[in-house]
Amino acid sequence: MEKKKLNIAVTGLNNIDSPGPGVPVIRALKKSGMDVKIIGLAYENLEPGIYMPGLVDKSYLMPFPSTGSEAFLERLAYIHKKENLDIVIPNFDSELFLFIKFNERLKQMGISTFLPTLEQFEERHKDNLPEYARKYNITVPESKPLVNIKELENLPKPLSYPYFIKGKFYEAFKVSNLAQSQYYFNKLSAKWGLPVVVQQAIQGTEVNVIALGDGEGNTVSAVPMRKQYITDKGKAWGGITISDERLLKITHDIIKKTKWRGALELEMIKTDDGEYYLIEINPRIPAWVYLAVGAGQNLPELLCKLALGEKVDPIKEYKTGKMFIRYSWDLIGDISDFEKIIVFGEL
Amino acid sequence: MSKLNSLAISENGFIFKPSTGESFVTNEIGLFIIQLLKSGKKADEIIQEIIKDFEVDNLTAGKDLYEFLDFLKKENMTD
Repeated sequence: MEKKKLNIAVTGLNNIDSPGPGVPVIRALKKSGMDVKIIGLAYENLEPGIYMPGLVDKSYLMPFPSTGSEAFLERLAYIHKKENLDIVIPNFDSELFLFIKFNERLKQMGISTFLPTLEQFEERHKDNLPEYARKYNITVPESKPLVNIKELENLPKPLSYPYFIKGKFYEAFKVSNLAQSQYYFNKLSAKWGLPVVVQQAIQGTEVNVIALGDGEGNTVSAVPMRKQYITDKGKAWGGITISDERLLKITHDIIKKTKWRGALELEMIKTDDGEYYLIEINPRIPAWVYLAVGAGQNLPELLCKLALGEKVDPIKEYKTGKMFIRYSWDLIGDISDFEKIIVFGEL
Repeated sequence: MSKLNSLAISENGFIFKPSTGESFVTNEIGLFIIQLLKSGKKADEIIQEIIKDFEVDNLTAGKDLYEFLDFLKKENMTD
């Protein structure tokens, strides 16, 4: 029997210095055993994924999530009408709320997703991390969400310098004095809104895990990685898969206790004493997903199977010592492609 | 599996520690010592093997061995 071609829409095509996960997700899907047509969904007309040769079969511009749900759903319906989408994989934190909220509406349209529930999505927010840690018995650094810049002058103990000041969705800066923290508070609140979160800096090695939960407490896929090269934006520009049983156990426990549904990334600090501090949970596929594929676990493929209601057996094996190193590459495009995106919103 | 046996060690003396993702480079004698430790040799036996293979005296061989053992311990590569 011939395999059905799947029409899969993917967002996050901004393959820049703070890269979105879209391009590696698409590479993973193309490397899978599935027959796929890739529809790229972009928010900006210069997202590199639109123009990369052989990456997407078709691209559409989307309205920013902040435009409102009606415009968002209307545009998705238009794209669905033209492309008959089977699955959509959203990759931005800022759009996830809409995709989760309208999950049922998308399902009625015939578009499958495999995303966390709204409760799972909301309770792991940065500003809720201390409560989350208490509920699920996880160690986290001291932190406090702030809605007013004046609170920086009187942070509760034991919060002390240096600490990280973090935006609601993205970006974090390590600060060592009040002037720095006030500067970044203003910058982050203007860009991502409130609250801004202050989190105690923990000395240690940054280790991350990419994982996929089936929504019933099982970990379908999990690969841990140590960042080898971190950019000034805190992004991994190089990393290596590691064999860390304790880290995997923490991951399995979180997924089991929360019955996590969908992909996630755990960002942790391992101290010299062997303690693990959870600093963030990203409720989506991270941009380094292709390392997991290279190590033997094609997480986007597994996610698609779960989205289609297929039974997926957990994968436990992966190769350690697999590395990724990012690079930048100048694409040469033509103004006519740019024109199509600008004028018609699709390419 | 012992910590030493979990290490991936190449013929060139490149050591990869899978539990942390760290890597190290050792010289010929370090590589020699690791291989003997992995085969279960005791310190005295290793010193004798170093004397024989590298044509050094007892003091130098002992110094080389214990310095390398300190390094392995410091980097948490031995039990």
